[in-house]
Amino acid sequence: MELAIGIILGCCALGTGIAMIAGVGPGIGEGNAVASACEAIARQPESKSSVTTTMLMGCAIAETTGLYALVIAILLIFVAPGLLVDLLVNTMNGLK
Amino acid sequence: MKLNKTSRNFKILDAFYIAMMILPIIFGIVLQVLTKPVSEGIAITGARVYFTIPMPVQDFPITESQVNSAIVMVVIFFFCLYITHGMSKKIELKRQHLAEMIVEKVDSLVKENMGEYFMGFAPFIIAIMALSAFSSLLTLFGLYPPTSDINIVGGWAVLVFFLITYYKMKCGPINYLKGFAEPVALLAPINFISEFATPVSMAFRHYGNVLSGSVISVLLGSALAGLSSMVLGNLPGFLADVPLFQMGIPAVLSIYFDVFSGCLQAFIFAMLTMMYVGGAFDLETYKQKKARKSAKNKQ
Repeated sequence: MELAIGIILGCCALGTGIAMIAGVGPGIGEGNAVASACEAIARQPESKSSVTTTMLMGCAIAETTGLYALVIAILLIFVAPGLLVDLLVNTMNGLK
Repeated sequence: MKLNKTSRNFKILDAFYIAMMILPIIFGIVLQVLTKPVSEGIAITGARVYFTIPMPVQDFPITESQVNSAIVMVVIFFFCLYITHGMSKKIELKRQHLAEMIVEKVDSLVKENMGEYFMGFAPFIIAIMALSAFSSLLTLFGLYPPTSDINIVGGWAVLVFFLITYYKMKCGPINYLKGFAEPVALLAPINFISEFATPVSMAFRHYGNVLSGSVISVLLGSALAGLSSMVLGNLPGFLADVPLFQMGIPAVLSIYFDVFSGCLQAFIFAMLTMMYVGGAFDLETYKQKKARKSAKNKQ
């Protein structure tokens, strides 16, 4: 029983870590977006405000995949262990 | 006229508005202090449930996020009353400049992103922007920000989804169904999924940003507490309890996560609302359809 609970907790923590690898993608994407925005502003300083707005919008959209990973990670670390341990304990009690 | 503006009644009303802007926040803080359970150390928790109203199908809980968003609504309502109080054609009060600036900015934003047809959307856009920004800024008072609860943000996203569907339906249900078969009929299932992915991604984006900020703040706070107890822990007396590293450093992070990120997410939510709703409606098709209909009626 203790071993099973330990496996559940450990795997939840591992899964959280693996899920947050998705944070790499938005990082690269946003970096590219900001680099391009810098180039655009350097070329045309008068278009700074519209470039900044568009860049922020693009960054927000690019961030979405990372935030999906974050939501899954939060669910895994705060919600899943309790649910799974409860499920395990209930089934064990039912078998007895 | 000048005397009229500075008269006693005017000032009393002003003071009432300002008091009503501050009192709800104080009420929220008092409520939190009274109901917060005493906990050891720093913990990451969701919205607390104050009480539940029994309902036939499912109990209806009154949570912290609902109460706090009601507080935000009251504050924004009296803020609007305050800045529009004493308006006149010849500007006499400084706050009228602020009110006019907000209205002009939002009008130009809506005109730029949605077009002339959607000018009626400007109040809705500024309402959603103010609600979202003030909700996120509530963390500065130590209250639970309603935007880090997915139920609140999900409600706004569902509202936007209904708006999008309404404006797509406006050109006729056949046109709406035809939109799913763009560019190839084979892609219809994917288009159908992406229709529902819009509100989900909007809600997750806003809630994830605010929640990740508070989680990182809590983690950093506990890490700094550990660091200062490690450095000063061996000192005698009260010196061991001095929060050396917890002073100042979390405030710098709070500027980014609470102030900047909260305002940015409010702006992005409003921008995405404008883009999705504006993009869902094809004015040309609508005009053609209307012209055809009126021609039919004349015959």
